[in-house]
Amino acid sequence: MSASEWPLWEVFVRSRRGLSHTHAGSLHAPDAEMALRNARDLYTRRSEGVSIWVVPSSAITASSPDEKDPFFEPAADKPYRHPTFYEIPDGVKHL
Amino acid sequence: MTAALALGDDALVLAHRLGEWAGHAPVLEEEVALANIALDLLGQARVLLSMAGDEDELAYLREERAFRNVQLVEQENGDFAHTIARQLYFSTYQELLYGQLAAGESEFAPLARKAAKEVAYHRDHAEHWTLRLGDGTAQSRERMRRGLDTLWRYTGELFEPVDGLDLDRDALRRGWTDSIGSVLDRATLTVPEGPQRGAWTAGAGRQGLHTEPFGRMLAEMQHLHRSHPGATW
Repeated sequence: MSASEWPLWEVFVRSRRGLSHTHAGSLHAPDAEMALRNARDLYTRRSEGVSIWVVPSSAITASSPDEKDPFFEPAADKPYRHPTFYEIPDGVKHL
Repeated sequence: MTAALALGDDALVLAHRLGEWAGHAPVLEEEVALANIALDLLGQARVLLSMAGDEDELAYLREERAFRNVQLVEQENGDFAHTIARQLYFSTYQELLYGQLAAGESEFAPLARKAAKEVAYHRDHAEHWTLRLGDGTAQSRERMRRGLDTLWRYTGELFEPVDGLDLDRDALRRGWTDSIGSVLDRATLTVPEGPQRGAWTAGAGRQGLHTEPFGRMLAEMQHLHRSHPGATW
């Protein structure tokens, strides 16, 4: 089996406890177990993470660039949806 | 110091062999994985050789006969399955070895405690590939079997006594045999038959006797330092 036949996987890394998993990149691997190991070598060897998810790229349904306007445009002129009128205390992190 | 040289040379030589895959590995992801393992081993080699003397002098200026590594680690990479077979045999041994050293109180205990986690990953990596190649296609299975068979004769040397290392060698051999047997069984392969040492070759790396490919490897590894002594980046 050549690499071109290996499925593509998306890698999500949680950089530390309390944060969510963030998309780090993608890689090829023959199966999920190997994808996890490849992800460890490619994306976390400088202690970037405490947890990794790998997801088959084919399992992801993405919004299309053509639908950008109906999807995202209507939110642009509604500032009342953002909590911009509160003052954030100094001690609050990750907001 | 014989023991530091023996363990340091094992790590240094295998690191160099794995480094030879850079630019040649079957896929990019695997190239990075092998390079990571090589760098872990190189880190161990630096600590161990520094315990025995000047690390650069020991690595770059010794003649072949002065190296004390086992012959297993100097064997050529061959195909990918051959490299994985070498890695499975060695990392299984090294994990058990460091496990024993970490539990002891010798001067190797601090290094062993740190390196044990690295080596556990090396063994895990080799195991996963052994399972996939052994229980894969007819061709991958045949290549994995050939790698395991070819290198089997070099495995006996892993259990020879090393001056200055206080080890339970029976437990080491038992643990290694069980672990290899279990992996090969799950990979639908069989443990190779035949002696774990050649007629004269195996058992001699620790005494400074090495196989033919080692001289060529050393020439490549040392030529830069020998041509430009003290060169730095």
